[in-house]
Amino acid sequence: MKYFLRRIVFYVITAWAAITINFFIPRMMDGDPVSSFINKNQGRISSEARESLYVLFGLDSGASLWEQYVDYWKMLFSGDLGLSIMLFPSTVSEVIAQALPWTIGLVGIATVISFLLGSFLGVVIGWRRGSWADGLLPITTFFSSVPYFWLGLVAIMLFSVTWSIFPSSGAYQPGLVPGWSWEFIGSVIQHGTLPAITIVLSSVAGWILGMRNMTVTVTSEDYVTVAQAKGLSERRVMFGYAARNAILPQVSGFALSLGFIVSGTLVMEKVFSYQGVGFTLLQAIGAHDYPLMQGIFLMITLSVLVANILADLAYVVLDPRTRQEG
Amino acid sequence: MTGIPVQMDHAQLDNGAEPLAPEVPKRRKGSPKKQKLLFLRNGKSFTGLAILGFFAILAVIGPWIAPYDPSAMSSDILQPPSGAHWLGTTHVGQDVFSQILVGTRGVMIVGFIAGIGATLLSILVGVSAGFLGGVSDELLSSLSNIFLVIPALPLIIIVAGQLPDAGGLTVALILAATSWAWGARILRAQTLSLRRRDFVEAARANGESTWRIVWFETLPNLTAIMASSFVGTVTFAILMQTTLAFIGVTSISDWNWGTILFWAEQQQALSRGAWWWFVPAGLCIAMLGMALTLINFGIDEFVNPRLRSTGASPRALRKRRISPRIGFTAVVREGAPASSGGSATTTSRPDGATRPGASPASTGATSSGTGTSATTTGGPGTPRPGTSHDDRDNDGTTTRKESVR
Repeated sequence: MKYFLRRIVFYVITAWAAITINFFIPRMMDGDPVSSFINKNQGRISSEARESLYVLFGLDSGASLWEQYVDYWKMLFSGDLGLSIMLFPSTVSEVIAQALPWTIGLVGIATVISFLLGSFLGVVIGWRRGSWADGLLPITTFFSSVPYFWLGLVAIMLFSVTWSIFPSSGAYQPGLVPGWSWEFIGSVIQHGTLPAITIVLSSVAGWILGMRNMTVTVTSEDYVTVAQAKGLSERRVMFGYAARNAILPQVSGFALSLGFIVSGTLVMEKVFSYQGVGFTLLQAIGAHDYPLMQGIFLMITLSVLVANILADLAYVVLDPRTRQEG
Repeated sequence: MTGIPVQMDHAQLDNGAEPLAPEVPKRRKGSPKKQKLLFLRNGKSFTGLAILGFFAILAVIGPWIAPYDPSAMSSDILQPPSGAHWLGTTHVGQDVFSQILVGTRGVMIVGFIAGIGATLLSILVGVSAGFLGGVSDELLSSLSNIFLVIPALPLIIIVAGQLPDAGGLTVALILAATSWAWGARILRAQTLSLRRRDFVEAARANGESTWRIVWFETLPNLTAIMASSFVGTVTFAILMQTTLAFIGVTSISDWNWGTILFWAEQQQALSRGAWWWFVPAGLCIAMLGMALTLINFGIDEFVNPRLRSTGASPRALRKRRISPRIGFTAVVREGAPASSGGSATTTSRPDGATRPGASPASTGATSSGTGTSATTTGGPGTPRPGTSHDDRDNDGTTTRKESVR
C-alpha cells in the first residue's frame, strides 16, 4: 500500500511538472501567435477584434505571469482547452477529438500486432539459440536502426509510386463521406495498411530482442530444466514454462507503449499525411497555434502517465513477488 | 533493455563480490590489454567500430573531398547517378554525393555532443543520487523519472520549432537535456548496489574521502554502463536530429542527412522517382545507427560471458561441440584452448541431446551461472538489493524506440 501511495504521489508530481512545462514553453518563445493569425486573415480583422483576440487567447500582456498560470489551471479544471488559432472557430478539444480516433485506431492496431508478433518470434529465436533463427536478429536490428521516416518514404516509393498498390497519403479517399459504409471502411483499411506495416516493421525488433533476451535468461532457470526432465513436450516447455515467465517485462513494456499510441507516430503521420494527433501537432507548430500545441502535448503526457499506471498495475497483477514486497 | 541487467553481472564478477562461477578468478587474471583485444575480437563490436571509424573519417575530411559545393546549383537537374554526379542531382542540380559528404560532419558532431552532454548529466544526477541517499536521492530520482515519463519527441519538436533557426549546437543541447534520464536511472541503481559492496566499505573504513571513493572506487566500476548508455544516447541523438531536420523544425540551411531528406520530400522526389535523392542518406543513417547498436551488443557480450556464446556462429559452436539449447548456458571462455570442449569451461553435451542432465560438471556450471544472474538481474520485478521497486529496467527500449517514430 505504501508503494502505491508513493507511485500516486509521483504521478501527481509528474502531471504537475508536465502541465507547468506545457504552460511555460509557448510563453518563453518569441513569435506572436496572434500576429501570425492576423497575417493569415489579412485585412479581415479590425483592431477591436485584434484586442479581443489577445484577451481570448490568454495573451493579454496586462496580466502577470502568475495570473495567467492560475487562469490556465482554472481553464484546465473546467475542461476548457481554449480556442484553436489555426482552425479559428473550433475549440482545441474539438480538434483533438477529431484527430484522436484516427491515431488510436491505426497506431493501436499496429502496436498490438507488433507486440504479438515480436514476442512470439522472440520466444522462438531465444529458444533455438544458435540456429538459423539467430539470422533474423541482424535483419530486425537493421530495420530498427533505419530512421522511421525513411522506411516510410521507401515504402511509399515502392508500393505507391512504383507499383501503386496502396495510396501514398491521407486516411481515406478524398470525396468520400465518413460513415459506416463499406466503401468508406474499405478505403480506410486500404489507406491504413501501408503505415501500419511500416510501424510494425520498425517497432517489432524491440519486442523480438526483449523477448529473446528474457527467454535466454529464463531457459537456464531450474524450473525449465525440471520441466524438460519430466519429459514434457518441447512446445509445452517453450510456451508454458519459458515464455510464460519471460513475457513479464514485455507486458509492462506493452502497457507503456500504449501511452505512446496517442502521441502517435508523429513522424509516420507526417510522412503519410495521416490526419492524426501528430500531424495536427506539427501543423499547430507551423502556425504557432499555442493553445492547440498545449492541448495536444497535455493529452500526450497524460496518456503516457495513464499507461505508466497501467504498467504498474499489470506488474502487480502478473507477478506475485511484487505483492509480497509491500 | 536487457543489456542493463547484463552489465550488473559484469560489475559483480569484476569485484568478485560473489565468487560463484569458477571462471571468475581466471578472468580477472587477464591483463587489460588482453581484455581490450577480446572486445575487438568480437565480430560485432569490430564491425561496429569499423563502420563508425569510416564515418568519423568522413566527418573530418568530408567537406574537403566533396567534389562540389553542396548548395551550388547547376543545370543538371534531377540526374540519376553518373560519372560526374556519383549519387545524382537534386531538383536544382545540387550534387547529392557532396551533400552527404558535407552533412556527415553535422550528424556526427551533434550526435557526440548530445551523447557526451547527456552522459555527463546522467553521471552527475545518477551517481550523486546513489551516493547521497535520503532526500536528495528522492528528489533527483523523481526528477529523472519525470524526464523519463514526459514524451521526448513532441517536447523536442515544440521547443526546437519555437527557436528561431535552431542550429546544430542548439539541437545537440536540447537532445542532451532531454535524454539523460535513462542513463541516470541505471547509474543510480548500480551505484546503490556498489556502495554496499565490501571494497567500498573497506575504503570508507580506511578513511578515504567521499570524493576518492566516488572517483576511484565507484566510477571505474560503472564504465561499462556509462559506455553503453553513451552509445545508446548517440544513436538516439542521431536519429532524433535527422528526424527533426526531416520534419523541418530545425534550420534547413545546415547540411545534414536529415536536411537532404527534407528537401527530397518537399520536392516530391518520391513521385518523380528520384530514388538516388533519398535512398543514400537514409542508408547512411541506418548504417551509422546499426554500427552503434553493434558496438553496444559488443559491450554487452564483453561484460557478460553468458551472452557471448550467442555471438559465435552456429557452425563454430558445433565445431566446439556446444549445442546451445535450453537448460544451460554455454560459457565460452576466451583464451582457453578451443579443444577444451569437455572441461568445465565450455559445458558441452552430446550432440542432439535436448534433455538436460548431462555431466555433473555441466549442471554445476549451469546453476552457478544462474545464481549469479538471479541475484543481480533479479528477473522481472524481483526487488534488487538496494534498489527501490520503481527501478525496473525493462521499459527503456520501448520508451526510447517509440519516441523516435
